[in-house]
Amino acid sequence: MKPAELRNLGIGAVLVALAAIFPLVNDGYWLSIATTAMMYIALSTSWSLFSGPTHLIALSTAAFFGIGGYLVGTGMSDYDTSFWSMAILAPLVATAVALLIGLATLRLSGVYFVIFTLGLAEMIRNLVSWVQNNFLGSRGLYVLTDFTEAHIYWMLLGVSVVVFLFGWWINRSRLGFALKIIGNDEEVARHVGINTAWSKVILFMSTGFFAALIGAIVAPRYSYIEPNVVFSPQLSFLVVIMALLGGTHRLWGPLVGVIPFTLAWEAISVSFPNSTTLFLGLSFLIIVYVLPDGFTGLLEKFTRRAAK
Amino acid sequence: MTIGIKRRALLAGASALTLTAMTSAAFAADPIKFGVVAHLTGPLAGGEAVTHTPNIELWAAQVNARGGLKVDGGMRPVEVITYDDKTDPSEHIKAVQRLATQDKVDFMFSPYGTGFNIAAAPIYAKYDFPLVAVSAITDQQEELSKRFPNMFFTLGTTTGFVEGALDALTTLREAGSIGNTVAMVNVADAFGIELADKARPMFKEAGFEIVYDKSYPLGTPDLSPVVKGAKAAEPDAFVAWSYPPDTFALTEQAIIEDLQVNAFYTAVATAFPAFSGKFGSKIEGNLGAGGINPDTPAMQDYRAAHLEITGGEADYWASATYYASLQILEQAIEGVGTIDREATVAYIADNSFDTVIGEVSFDEQNNSMRFWSVGQWIDGVFHAVADTGMGDSVAPVAKDGWN
Amino acid sequence: MDILLSGLLLSGTYALIAMGLNLQYGVARIMNLANGEMLVLGGLAAFWMYTAAALSPLLTALIAAPLAFSGNWLLYRYLLLPLVRRAKTQGQLEVDSILATFGMSFALVGIMVSIHGEYFTYSYLAEPFKILGQTVALNRLVAFIVAIGIGGGLYYWLTHTYQGTAVRAVSVSTEAAGLVGINVERVSAFAFALGGAVTAVGGTLISTFITLEASVGVIFTMKALIIIIMGGVGDIRGAIVAAVILGLVETTVASVIDPGLTLVAAYVIFLAILLFRPQGLFGRRA
Repeated sequence: MKPAELRNLGIGAVLVALAAIFPLVNDGYWLSIATTAMMYIALSTSWSLFSGPTHLIALSTAAFFGIGGYLVGTGMSDYDTSFWSMAILAPLVATAVALLIGLATLRLSGVYFVIFTLGLAEMIRNLVSWVQNNFLGSRGLYVLTDFTEAHIYWMLLGVSVVVFLFGWWINRSRLGFALKIIGNDEEVARHVGINTAWSKVILFMSTGFFAALIGAIVAPRYSYIEPNVVFSPQLSFLVVIMALLGGTHRLWGPLVGVIPFTLAWEAISVSFPNSTTLFLGLSFLIIVYVLPDGFTGLLEKFTRRAAK
Repeated sequence: MTIGIKRRALLAGASALTLTAMTSAAFAADPIKFGVVAHLTGPLAGGEAVTHTPNIELWAAQVNARGGLKVDGGMRPVEVITYDDKTDPSEHIKAVQRLATQDKVDFMFSPYGTGFNIAAAPIYAKYDFPLVAVSAITDQQEELSKRFPNMFFTLGTTTGFVEGALDALTTLREAGSIGNTVAMVNVADAFGIELADKARPMFKEAGFEIVYDKSYPLGTPDLSPVVKGAKAAEPDAFVAWSYPPDTFALTEQAIIEDLQVNAFYTAVATAFPAFSGKFGSKIEGNLGAGGINPDTPAMQDYRAAHLEITGGEADYWASATYYASLQILEQAIEGVGTIDREATVAYIADNSFDTVIGEVSFDEQNNSMRFWSVGQWIDGVFHAVADTGMGDSVAPVAKDGWN
Repeated sequence: MDILLSGLLLSGTYALIAMGLNLQYGVARIMNLANGEMLVLGGLAAFWMYTAAALSPLLTALIAAPLAFSGNWLLYRYLLLPLVRRAKTQGQLEVDSILATFGMSFALVGIMVSIHGEYFTYSYLAEPFKILGQTVALNRLVAFIVAIGIGGGLYYWLTHTYQGTAVRAVSVSTEAAGLVGINVERVSAFAFALGGAVTAVGGTLISTFITLEASVGVIFTMKALIIIIMGGVGDIRGAIVAAVILGLVETTVASVIDPGLTLVAAYVIFLAILLFRPQGLFGRRA
């Protein structure tokens, strides 16, 4: 292991430790912001594990997130299962679904891939509603647990750490090498004997796994699951937006996208309570024009300047 | 961002937040701060804008016009802080926390939608805020009130909701207006699925035969196949557990297809003034979720004030109940006489309240078992024709075509 | 017969939703996530003019078209063109335009909510109309006829006029079009503006039979994206054929199998088509 890597691991460990004691410092307002931010950190980082190197923008986050939330909801309220068994089952189901999607989308590229994943998420949402309506029935999907906001925050932090370690391991592994080559030139990758198909599919499965796990963890926070809410396409878009704002060519890119984004959102909500949506939109526009390379680009510019 | 800029932004925000103007400069007293997280945008914004927001505006204006609330031996005006959550539960939770711990509001109003009430309940409980829920129809009162003793329910139960529709149909059948066959459709989303699920066995038990039973997805652009399918089954009654956009669409299609049934029921939004505004006399005799008793003086005063102050008509269902929830809060605060949230929660649990929908009190499960469940459009007014515990519903009449 | 008729009418609705975005994405290369909001804005205008001035939505459509055209031209010229000029690759433009138009969609929702936060409810031509022995809604029929008019007009203009040919050239390759002396930026701006106008006109008509509200735009954006991708980017015929397929499939499934499966069936068809033709029905292989 190179010294630089050791240093990065050290920084990471300190950040995680700081993040872990955060709920002890504030368990109200700031914790609720941190929990939301942590959800998006985990989602966007795991999203860019696949979309970063392959340059394929997936709009299927809500499908997996929804599977997580929905299975926890239906399991706990209609089948009296425990939260934990559903939280384990949901990511496995999502991984299987992601495997199918991954195989199906191998031939797709560019915008066709983007919209395929969007259509797929919508299809899954409608299918789930139909199955529930006709075969499962429902007394309302209540997810009532004794988890506090801090518990959910710690679980999300745990998932984020795993996502980062996984991403770090991938970057060092043969799989990561393969993906980088695919992203640059798939033809070349194939010629040097890399199984591009499986590399892509495995990464996509990991994205599905994590999104469903996060959906399952967040379900007790929402307390009452509506397919409409957990499968919301808005979530897929937001995850993409935050990751892109951060920049997807670094593992920590989405992280530096989510944090300023969440804080800016908060500042706008406070300053313009009656037209939050309008000003959020305008702030997006400003960011696009002012920060062409996302927050990662900005940070890198600063560090380069500092180095000089 | 420097501290200075941030502080200024916060101040600018605070002044923009103030929904109500103090009516007289004579009140030097600090206002009592109320908070609410609303869906100003997003999928539930349309319903919120009809049923909740105008009532808050009305109530605050009325309270301030009479000098405020009587606490600590004096009068204090009220001030309302509103945030937008974009109909997103994560944002909602954040904003409720913000109201509780940053703005330090004294009380909070309830949010719109079952899911949002339950998602916010733990925070209300943590800081002892009374949560007088309105747009939260559920059968889980027992478990919810055990977890959140500060949470109260006013608009009824899922079972009561279906029972009401069944009552109306049974009355019509006894009067010989309709036979036994019912076409039932529902929107395939949480509330619609739940209601249809509940209705199936209950309708059957009451001797009704469901001859058409289909769901349709949320956001279906064309509901004509659904109405055509229902029509082909030749039912005596049509029941739709629907959301606002599909309530409008199903009714419009029924008019176009000339669906001849003597009972036509659609759920959410049938009680909206916009519903009768859109269809005029054609919906004479239509049944729907909600209904009120328009003849009590309290209700008449309320509707007149709503029109005058907010510029719009109150809806014929949850509007009045939401206003009643504000009255309950108001009377509890004045009853306690100080800004003591814990005491207010206890006061709400132990007392009965004189509101626009009549007397309201809460049972062991924090549930008010007095609510209207079905209304019928008669001469441009949506009268309650079925209820639980109200006892002032009129008898439903047969629908006579779409004229 | 009934199914065919209802299906075709629904196709008209879908064509109105998708033709505008087809021009904007296919020619100007802007993945416009604010397209649905432009449609809802058209609906808001129709609702507002109808309730305030009792003006027929058809007249509102005539007024809305030039307004939406100029509005979208300004959007392209001042907000999007800088991104086009800045982008080094198509991929980067895609990312930038997703971010920028997502922001625009929020801003438009915010503006519309401040104008009218409730449902846009009114009744216009909600009457039965007998055609070929079947009953259809007159407002849907009118929308269908306008959709045919717009679709046919666009097709003729694209294939039979000099300007239309230039637009098609740009949609095939901006570089090649530039080489043969076409002013790519001007053509793109024109296509983007025209697309916005078509969408807004679609919105005025759709609002007569679908109850819209300020925040509902994203649903139309998604539908439009699915239709143009299914048809193949940049070919107006593709969008129209895809709209017809979706309309017929949805109505058939709703009538014959189960209305609960309409949207599932529509997405299954979409996914199946992409699986067999990854570039869409009329798309060109990259």
